[in-house]
Amino acid sequence: MNRMRRRSSLLTLLAIAFVVTAIWVNTTSFAEGSWQAQWLPLFFGVSALNFMLRAAVPLILGALCGILCERSGIVNIGIEGMMLTGAFAGFVAKVATNHWPLYASLSVSVVAAMAAGGLMGLLHALFSIRFRMDQIISGTVLIILAMGLTAYLYDRDAVAQGKFTAVAIPFLSDIPVIGEVLFTNPPITYIALILVAVVHVALFHTRWGLRTRAVGEHPGAADTMGVNVNAYRYMNTIIGGMLAGLAGGFLVLEAVGQFQEGMTAGRGFISLAAVIFGNWTPFGAMTASMLFGYTQALQNELLLAGVAGIPRQFVSMIPYVVTIIAVAGLVGRVRPPAASGKVYNKDGQQ
Amino acid sequence: MTPVLDIRGVSKYYPGVIANEDIDLTLHKGEILALLGENGAGKSTLMNIVYGLQQPDTGNIYINGKVVSLASPRDAIAHGIGMVHQHFQLVPDISVTENIMLGAESIRHGLLDRKKAAQRIKELSQRYGLDVDPAAIIEDLSVGERQRVEIVKTLYRDAEILILDEPSAVLTPQEVDGLFSIMQRLRELGKSMIFITHKLKEVMHIADRITVLRNGRVAGNAQPVTTSEKSLATLMVGREVDLTFEPAANVSGNLILNAQNVSALDDTGHLAVDSVSLQVCAGEIVGIAGVQGNGQSELVEVLTGLRRSHSGTVEIDGTDLTHQSPREFTERGESCHIPEDRHLHAMVADYSVADNLVLNTYRNAPFSHNGVVNRPAIRAQADSLVQAFDVRTPDINTPSGSLSGGNQQKMVVAREFSRPSKLLIAAQPTRGIDVGSIEFIHRRIVAKRDEGVAVLLISAELDEVLSLSDRILVMYKGRIVAEVVREEATREQLGLYMAGAK
Repeated sequence: MNRMRRRSSLLTLLAIAFVVTAIWVNTTSFAEGSWQAQWLPLFFGVSALNFMLRAAVPLILGALCGILCERSGIVNIGIEGMMLTGAFAGFVAKVATNHWPLYASLSVSVVAAMAAGGLMGLLHALFSIRFRMDQIISGTVLIILAMGLTAYLYDRDAVAQGKFTAVAIPFLSDIPVIGEVLFTNPPITYIALILVAVVHVALFHTRWGLRTRAVGEHPGAADTMGVNVNAYRYMNTIIGGMLAGLAGGFLVLEAVGQFQEGMTAGRGFISLAAVIFGNWTPFGAMTASMLFGYTQALQNELLLAGVAGIPRQFVSMIPYVVTIIAVAGLVGRVRPPAASGKVYNKDGQQ
Repeated sequence: MTPVLDIRGVSKYYPGVIANEDIDLTLHKGEILALLGENGAGKSTLMNIVYGLQQPDTGNIYINGKVVSLASPRDAIAHGIGMVHQHFQLVPDISVTENIMLGAESIRHGLLDRKKAAQRIKELSQRYGLDVDPAAIIEDLSVGERQRVEIVKTLYRDAEILILDEPSAVLTPQEVDGLFSIMQRLRELGKSMIFITHKLKEVMHIADRITVLRNGRVAGNAQPVTTSEKSLATLMVGREVDLTFEPAANVSGNLILNAQNVSALDDTGHLAVDSVSLQVCAGEIVGIAGVQGNGQSELVEVLTGLRRSHSGTVEIDGTDLTHQSPREFTERGESCHIPEDRHLHAMVADYSVADNLVLNTYRNAPFSHNGVVNRPAIRAQADSLVQAFDVRTPDINTPSGSLSGGNQQKMVVAREFSRPSKLLIAAQPTRGIDVGSIEFIHRRIVAKRDEGVAVLLISAELDEVLSLSDRILVMYKGRIVAEVVREEATREQLGLYMAGAK
């Protein structure tokens, strides 16, 4: 318990140190040709920070999906599949509504992405609760289903026109560095960040959250107090699916603007790592997502700058190496919800 | 006066099993009704029906004279019924407050109002004399504290009828006293309780009335003032039960177990066994009495090879086995061990009865041959052991986890007794099991002694130690503080030693 608290305060300190350094680097002008001018912007420049946030958004949404499912006792390794389905549905809706006003079309597409993700969530819940299927297998089925279905149905000639663009928030966006990084973003980015706080409050300070945690930790305790265990599991898995769908929507409607086969490219799995690294808490998962996002940004910046001396393959490895180190080494002792992955049936109480 | 709870003609059938048949049971206001019965007598099924976890096939339940339908715990709670489950239904990683409010949350501005709930918990705990800290996290609490949380949970929902499912099974003797004073206080304040148990002493002590179940039917009703433990045991088991034994006739004097100055640390690194020396001879039962947690578990683990001793030596029949593996103890030392924690050390719950019965012999002929197990031999062995030790199981392929506690324990005893041995170490051999099984296991242990086996018995039940042992040692804070021969031992004197008073 204490160890966990110490770890999270250490992470918070590191995060604060990072932000302070970033502000310092971006507000100071270094002498032309000095090592500071050459290196520091690569690591802490606004473009690196922007890239970090863009890379982190789908991870944050995916991780929130994982948290909701696992906190209620459903293991979800199918986040990847839910994301991909969301991305595809968002793309189809966008193409179908290309002739609409841009924002109406984009909004409908976001709804479509979330609905598709929610449907995948429902499917996962049905498999795992109703049919008592092994949840790892069910998750795998979702991924394979999503990859096969989206590739089969994808029309290469279809083109989506337009995507979400940055909306500067009045006043806040004028703050140096922070304004540029945090308050000049497209809508889904804002939504993702707000959702972190919303899920945190919901999980730890509402009736729904208390019941969700109880259902995932000790379903018998919830059941004997009149809480419908499986109803909470259905609800959470579906809402989780919608968030993963939104992550897919982000990729198509905000980041890329088009659909590509397999475009989620492992982000669902990295989300899962963020869930674990963040110890099943929304803010923890956000921090982890930012870290993973930052490694991608770093990879990108270093490759663009054409760093000499290091083979580019090594630079490309950075995000994956950091993920492995983070999950295997730095995590220490984290504990998943006790009943995660276990079917609940009343007769099996002993 | 109308009874607060009246059960009329309730029956519940499972495929091939009568769980409850035509049960009548009445509970009055401000009364403690003991529901007595062996494991599998149908007590838990009946209470699950009252708590809405199961539905009866026939019969009616009346609360305050009105017939009610209890389709779920929610209904039962709404009718003022609360249940303290034998296996606590508490979420370990959250606070007492959150556990108690779960399902009946107080909400302010859409958020949980923990302050209000904690306030109410404090009031309740003061009123009923239940010491509970609302801010504590469940996993940091002792078993007794968790039980109090469970009781507060029911009171928080304004329960008038409390069902206590074997509440004393998991408690130390001191904690049981605490529980009884809580129950008396609840009774004074007008709550009605159904107290499920199979411990006769407790029933005589606390109950106002007693209903005995046997094989799913009401075997009889009684009152503590007009009945005796013996007649209750007869009602429960359906025949006379005798728990007294003759002392050993022939102690050969042949020294079997010889432990010298054994010291050992517990899991947290504290000294749990403090230079204990003890000897057990062939043909005698040496009992170790003591309140649980005074080093008995660690001592047993050292004497069976499960824990490395910090210093000292352990010899069995002249063979030095200090720091040897449990297998060496079993094979070279020819000792057998009934572990205190059935589920942790004695059996594999997911394995079948047959497989559990050969866990100590599967490597030897005829159960395996060149590393391949011989199924027919294992089945034959299982059939004969199940029969000889009266293990009641649907068949030998049933997962052992689904048997009742008494039958699991008989299975463990059957396995341990299936090898020839010189030494038997029995730790809490009858904990949490019914009188019929207790009698059976006691007889078997005494029979082993009479065959000339040295027996070391460790038990927290003073009665068990007193009725079986030829010599009694008392352990307190890791040391042997007294040695008494059976003829001179009294409960009072041993109790004082156990409390460290002498």
